[in-house]
Amino acid sequence: MSEWFLSINHWFGDDGLIPLLAQHVGYSAVALLIAIAIAFPIGCYTGHTGKGEALLIGVTNALRSLPSFGLIILLVILLAGYFQSDAAFILPCIIVLVVLALPPIALGVHAGIRSLEPGVHDAAKGIGLTPFQILTQVELPCATPLILSGIRSATLQIVSTATIAAYVSLGGLGRLIIDGRAANDFAQMTAGAILVAVLALLIDIFFSLAVKLSVSRGISRRVKNS
Amino acid sequence: MRFDWLWSQSDKIMSLILWHLYLSVIPILIGLALAIPIGWGINAMPRVKGVVLSVFGLLYTIPSLALFVLLPPLLNTQILDPINVVVALTIYSFALLVRTVCDGLDSVPTDTRQSAFALGYKPIYQFFHVDLPLAVPVIGAGLRVAVVSNVSIVSVAALIGAPQLGSLFTQGFQLQFLTPIIAGIVLCIILAFALDTLVVVATRTLCRWQPKRG
Repeated sequence: MSEWFLSINHWFGDDGLIPLLAQHVGYSAVALLIAIAIAFPIGCYTGHTGKGEALLIGVTNALRSLPSFGLIILLVILLAGYFQSDAAFILPCIIVLVVLALPPIALGVHAGIRSLEPGVHDAAKGIGLTPFQILTQVELPCATPLILSGIRSATLQIVSTATIAAYVSLGGLGRLIIDGRAANDFAQMTAGAILVAVLALLIDIFFSLAVKLSVSRGISRRVKNS
Repeated sequence: MRFDWLWSQSDKIMSLILWHLYLSVIPILIGLALAIPIGWGINAMPRVKGVVLSVFGLLYTIPSLALFVLLPPLLNTQILDPINVVVALTIYSFALLVRTVCDGLDSVPTDTRQSAFALGYKPIYQFFHVDLPLAVPVIGAGLRVAVVSNVSIVSVAALIGAPQLGSLFTQGFQLQFLTPIIAGIVLCIILAFALDTLVVVATRTLCRWQPKRG
């Protein structure tokens, strides 16, 4: 196993680790940014107004039962005719990744805002903040831990599903596993699996640090009020 | 949709459904059987609880395809052996349920525990007759999440060759044929919905003590 990692060609070659890692992170980041751009405002709206909560939770549960692997293959076959070259599989994959990431992000923002104590909300209103100021200056800062936890689940879901998408020829670390399986190259498969697992763990650690660093000191409950 | 094709394949699809059911339900049962005593143990040790739960949480972050590939060398099994899928999903179910069991036990009011203690319940007797029954609503909610996500994750196992509804996806992709893919997705959703309903009904049956809402 260690021999596989020692070969320089496995690192920097055309299908080496570094280019595959860059592709994996690249596709995941694009999908995540699109998902945040769509889901964040939705979560703000339902959280701030309290409308559409049942719908949001219903859609989230329904999406959880949807087999992501089947969805990718379905979209690739359906859209293949409309696009030339690589877009024929990249676009369906990105769509599926975005769709899977929407519910955890929207629900995280929503739950974060909803978990605010009513007294805090009333106090903010009482000192004359406009609804928009309440959202940006009170609700969102207090909701940061749950928002980040939603984005964390979404990111892990995206990275995990992007691995599977290698089956429909999307680039990324999943290539090592799928191509290794096809060629019965167990060293390559194992290397791919280890790297994907390490990538997921690093993302997880990154988010737990981000939560610690980004949460306002006053509401972190780690600083004693004196 | 080519229903004649589905009809001609009905025997094979039936066996895929049964495999899918087996691969998603057995891990839940093993995971729950492990999570209840371990959750109880962790809950009794508040100091290490946070650390142990985050370590179990890390297990859940490992992408499914990676876990399916990493298990055979660790377990000394063949890559095609369905036991890998069972073990992988047991790990996920356990990681999810152990936290749920802890949350459930935390949801039991302190007054209730103290009353049970004052009435002279021995710890094990109290756990099975007071704490665990009262934790059922929370554990049931976690079980629903675990069941539904298991049904979805099992289909990924088609990539390493284990037989289940995901095989319809790979088959459809190789043949560039939509019917098996749509059938596979629909059957996965039906299966998830059926198992989810089963958990809801079972939870309600075990929670007759709860006051009726409304």
